[in-house]
Amino acid sequence: MAKYQHHIDSDISFTYITSSKKLTLVASLGVTIGIAIFIFLNSMTAGFSKKSSTIIFKSTPHIRVYKDDQMSEPLLRYADSSHVALISNPKVVPASNRIVDPNRMIDLLKHQPDVVLVMPQVAVGVFYNSGKSQLAGTMSGVHIDEADGMFDIASTMVEGNLSDLKITPNGILLGVGVAAKMSVKTGDNISVTSSQHVTKVMKVVGLFKTNNSYVDKVKSYVNISSAQQFLAESPSYVSDIYVNVLDFDKAPAYSGKFSALTGYKAEDWKAANASLVSGSNMRDIMIMAISISILLVAGFGIYNILNMTISQKINDIAILKAMGFQGSDVVRIFLLQGAIIGLIGIVLGLMLAALLIYLMSTVYVGSDIGYFPIGFELATVINGSLFGLAVTLLASYLPARKAADVDPVSIFRK
Amino acid sequence: MAAEIMLQADKIGKYFYEPEKFKVLTDISFTVNRGEFVTLIGKSGCGKSTLLYVLSTMDTDYEGTLQIHGETVTGQNSNKLAALRNEKIGFVFQFHYLLPEFSCLKNVMIPALRLGTYSREEIEANAYEKLTLLGLKDHALKLSSKLSGGEQQRVAIARALINAPLIIMADEPTGNLDSKNTDIVFDTFKQLAHEFQQTIVAVTHDNDFARKSDRTIEMQDGKILTANKINQGV
Repeated sequence: MAKYQHHIDSDISFTYITSSKKLTLVASLGVTIGIAIFIFLNSMTAGFSKKSSTIIFKSTPHIRVYKDDQMSEPLLRYADSSHVALISNPKVVPASNRIVDPNRMIDLLKHQPDVVLVMPQVAVGVFYNSGKSQLAGTMSGVHIDEADGMFDIASTMVEGNLSDLKITPNGILLGVGVAAKMSVKTGDNISVTSSQHVTKVMKVVGLFKTNNSYVDKVKSYVNISSAQQFLAESPSYVSDIYVNVLDFDKAPAYSGKFSALTGYKAEDWKAANASLVSGSNMRDIMIMAISISILLVAGFGIYNILNMTISQKINDIAILKAMGFQGSDVVRIFLLQGAIIGLIGIVLGLMLAALLIYLMSTVYVGSDIGYFPIGFELATVINGSLFGLAVTLLASYLPARKAADVDPVSIFRK
Repeated sequence: MAAEIMLQADKIGKYFYEPEKFKVLTDISFTVNRGEFVTLIGKSGCGKSTLLYVLSTMDTDYEGTLQIHGETVTGQNSNKLAALRNEKIGFVFQFHYLLPEFSCLKNVMIPALRLGTYSREEIEANAYEKLTLLGLKDHALKLSSKLSGGEQQRVAIARALINAPLIIMADEPTGNLDSKNTDIVFDTFKQLAHEFQQTIVAVTHDNDFARKSDRTIEMQDGKILTANKINQGV
């Protein structure tokens, strides 16, 4: 039995690599470009998705718990014959869409694992009045600190102060679009009428400008108590509970759970923005397909170059086999050569990707996005490297396998 | 001293299937003893090289049985045969077949590094010793491709010797050399056989070379013509 392990296989691989540096470099460059583009494209989509989800979560919670409208049954049957069956048109049952005992619900939700933020909200359909003209809009009654924690309203403020809402009982934060149409500014008063025909004069404490001009033209924030007054409801009235969880991508997993837990409808943001989510999925798949194809092309490059090396080294392989090298030794020699080419390619590829990402991050795209949202994502870097390594190993294994099967006698007889 | 049998071929037969079925070797039986320098001769196409590759264990597609130092190798799996070649057989080929990207020293060391019986330092010292024996000490660190044909062939012989094999098999070892280098290779083989009791089986078409060896096995049409033509030496 062998007493020493001299790693002669790897010794031979290294010699082959160093004695044909140019070939090694060319093969590595294929991997470099593949990996760099893979990481670059995926970082671009990751940055883009991140940005678009931040935009979504400026106005949408991860999960919204509310009481869905109930429809009346079109046919009421009774088991016993003393009643008459009743047929009616299905319509919305005129029950209140309040959440019963909201504080208990909020407490319950707050104690669920992975729940980060829970916030009650009172939604009111309103008209902003200015003289005879009326502007339809939606008013959101909130505890402003909680709402700021969830939607980062402070960052969208263009006038006034967010915290003034807390000390102004009839204060209102208006979208800039509403303010422009009503021609009001901070400090002015504005008359608002609710769907329950309650009219109040509110004091504008600030204006906000989101990146959605439609929202800016309809939306306003008031204290939750004001909203309850607008609906002529008691201070325990809450129309929705907004919940944010640790990982917004997993929101659909929680919505079902919360539905069962509370008995109300829990709708996650993906369900609420289905077309947006499907669009983003489509984009991800497209980019993934492109970047994988590029890596596969790089893999073909390695495959070709190793095939070429092996045909050049066919005499070496025959003599090694004659001297007692086994098929597995030959596979190891060329697999290692491929792996080293791959590793060099990956290292260079990571550097090139870093450069591309840096250059892209300095491109100004304007509007509220600013600079192109791109950054080094650890997951992308790891995926790209692993995938690149896998492609390289496969691309070198196939020719190596062929080399292992070389029959030395057929070479010597030539 | 009783002769120690190193190689025993028993009724070896072999077919080629391309381009059509054809019997290349018929009923080949002979033995080679330790320290013998045996040459295989015959006309081109008589099957002598084919026989050598069967004896070398690289070609396993044959009939009959083959024993090396008392161990039957017929029917063993390819990994086992590879290990056996590594340890017990040294090869010298017509076209030297050194690895051109390695130094002469490394070329000589490779079979021993694969075997792993000794440490790297011991192997290196041993390889130097073999190169010195063949008069190549000064070329040890040169790339093998930078040497002349005769020198390369001697490096190949040094490599064949490194694991102290039971048998050295040579396929036209002088086929590619001028007469001066042929003489050097021949003298080396002779010295190895007689001074170091090294068993050598060489295929050659050089009748002079064959005549000077200990024994010649002559082949014709896949059969042995004369198995025991004892030569008188020079």
